[in-house]
Amino acid sequence: MWELIEANRRKSLILFFSLGLTLLLLGYFFGSAYYPDGGGFIGMFFAFVIWGILSLISYFSGSKILLAVSGAKEVTKEVHPQLFNIVEEMKISASLPAMPKVYIINEAAPNAFATGVKPENSAVAVTAGLLARLNRDELQGVVAHEVSHIVNRDVLFMTFAGIMLGSIVLISEVFLRSLWFGGGRYTSKSSKSSGQGQMIIMIVAIVFAILAPILAQLLYFAISRKREYLADASAVRYTRYPEGLASALEKIANSTEELKTANKVTAPMYIANPLKPKGQKLSNLTSTHPPISERVRILRSMSGGANYIDYQNAFNKIKKSNLPIIPSSGLADQTTIGLKEASITPVTLGLNKQTKRDTGDIMMKVNNYSFIDCSCGLKIKIPPDFQKTELFCPRCGRKHNLNS
Amino acid sequence: MTGLIIVLVLIAVVVLFVISMYNSLIQLRNRVKNAWSQIDVQLKRRHDLIPNLLETVKGYMKHEREIMENITKYRSQAMDASTVGEKAQAEGLLSGALGQLRVQVENYPDLKANQNFLALQEELTSTENKISFARQSYNDQVLFYNNKIQMFPSNIIAGMFKFLQEEFFQVEDAKEREVPKVSF
Ligand SMILES: [Zn+2]
Repeated sequence: MWELIEANRRKSLILFFSLGLTLLLLGYFFGSAYYPDGGGFIGMFFAFVIWGILSLISYFSGSKILLAVSGAKEVTKEVHPQLFNIVEEMKISASLPAMPKVYIINEAAPNAFATGVKPENSAVAVTAGLLARLNRDELQGVVAHEVSHIVNRDVLFMTFAGIMLGSIVLISEVFLRSLWFGGGRYTSKSSKSSGQGQMIIMIVAIVFAILAPILAQLLYFAISRKREYLADASAVRYTRYPEGLASALEKIANSTEELKTANKVTAPMYIANPLKPKGQKLSNLTSTHPPISERVRILRSMSGGANYIDYQNAFNKIKKSNLPIIPSSGLADQTTIGLKEASITPVTLGLNKQTKRDTGDIMMKVNNYSFIDCSCGLKIKIPPDFQKTELFCPRCGRKHNLNS
Repeated sequence: MTGLIIVLVLIAVVVLFVISMYNSLIQLRNRVKNAWSQIDVQLKRRHDLIPNLLETVKGYMKHEREIMENITKYRSQAMDASTVGEKAQAEGLLSGALGQLRVQVENYPDLKANQNFLALQEELTSTENKISFARQSYNDQVLFYNNKIQMFPSNIIAGMFKFLQEEFFQVEDAKEREVPKVSF
């Protein structure tokens, strides 16, 4: 397992260096476009400083920011015992050193993500809509996928590569805008002093500033897509039940709700791209996630076992290619891990009245509502700012004491 | 004089070698123990849940006396078992009986709607999942450790310091899934 992380880390480093180089080059061009004499190095220095500051912020409080931006709230086991149990099961199965914190996002769109640059200090966040739609096996599949992102150090990679990408986009934008607004003055001054050479640098800088963010994004997304496949493969290994994740993904893909708290920067963190692409075909190239239908088909065609090699075989069969998704160390493990059989409890499909009410309950629990089960069968919801010490059941009139 | 130094160096090398072998054996054995304690916690949890479950179910189920008696019997067998092998066997039987009960629950819609029962069932399901996931990592650790004890040259050190083979925790999966024959 350790080798798998190592191979992952090597690939991340390559990407990391090429993104870093792009960033520095961008700084260099930016600087020398304005100040031909040594301005390039000043530009490089500033690009590096910007990146450094953003990286430090994201390393030390990236998870907190992400969780806050997405509107996630930490919950205790009482709010959703099943979710807690499942996270703990996956903690055991993936041999995580510590139990991840559990968060619920107050949204109806089904989605989930994981954060935490270290496995010792991680978190899993799911939306209330996900909890309402998925059965136990499906929820286990999603949590397993998220836990694999933590184990495979994807969160660390996503954070840092994302920050670099962000810096590149930011600097290019500032440069291009500065040309738009103040460009005329600078170019006329510089063309007088150094002439043609400066013009060429300017043109190269502009082309670079336009292309760099696009190329960096392509690079970043290509690798983040590969990591999605790898996380799916790990999820199967942890749960031994590919159908759970497959049908969860299908339900997520079929939902029509939009995730309001997601944006371009946080999108790659989710299990399924929260920003719905309109033309799926066109978006395949730049999308952060592989098409869900393809992920589902790969999972469903897994047979024989739950190990990495079985996922790679299924991948090759569906994609009709031999692109290595799993690092060779993962494939070297030839042990057969048996697939689990479907559980006896039938699968409830769709969003019925009961699950709809459950979502409401989850959201209220997240917002610190408390509940009393009246003996007449009614569940009374009490808001957190309720002042009185006693309460009468609205249906049967029984008195309940709220002193506890 | 040089002869003495060579002998001393050789002895030092051998001693260092034995120490490092011994330490790695200890480390592997500790991992096995640690993995076992993970399973043990969950097995205890399951034993604690069962009386509650039977109490809740008793009022609803009329024809399942035999299954419930089996559950009680296997539970106390499992709690009394001392070796890993005995424990695995009793726990396997217990899993089987609980599986039979789960199948029967389908015939009692009232029971399936009981909040208390649902909560217990969730805890029990999760505990069983945890046992099965923990079992995998325990067996992996046992395999590492046993291999080390059998292989040369660590087998010499293992023999000297009486490192004993550990037992795998094996539950017969086929039995767990056996569909019960119901007689009315
Ligand atoms: Zn993912």
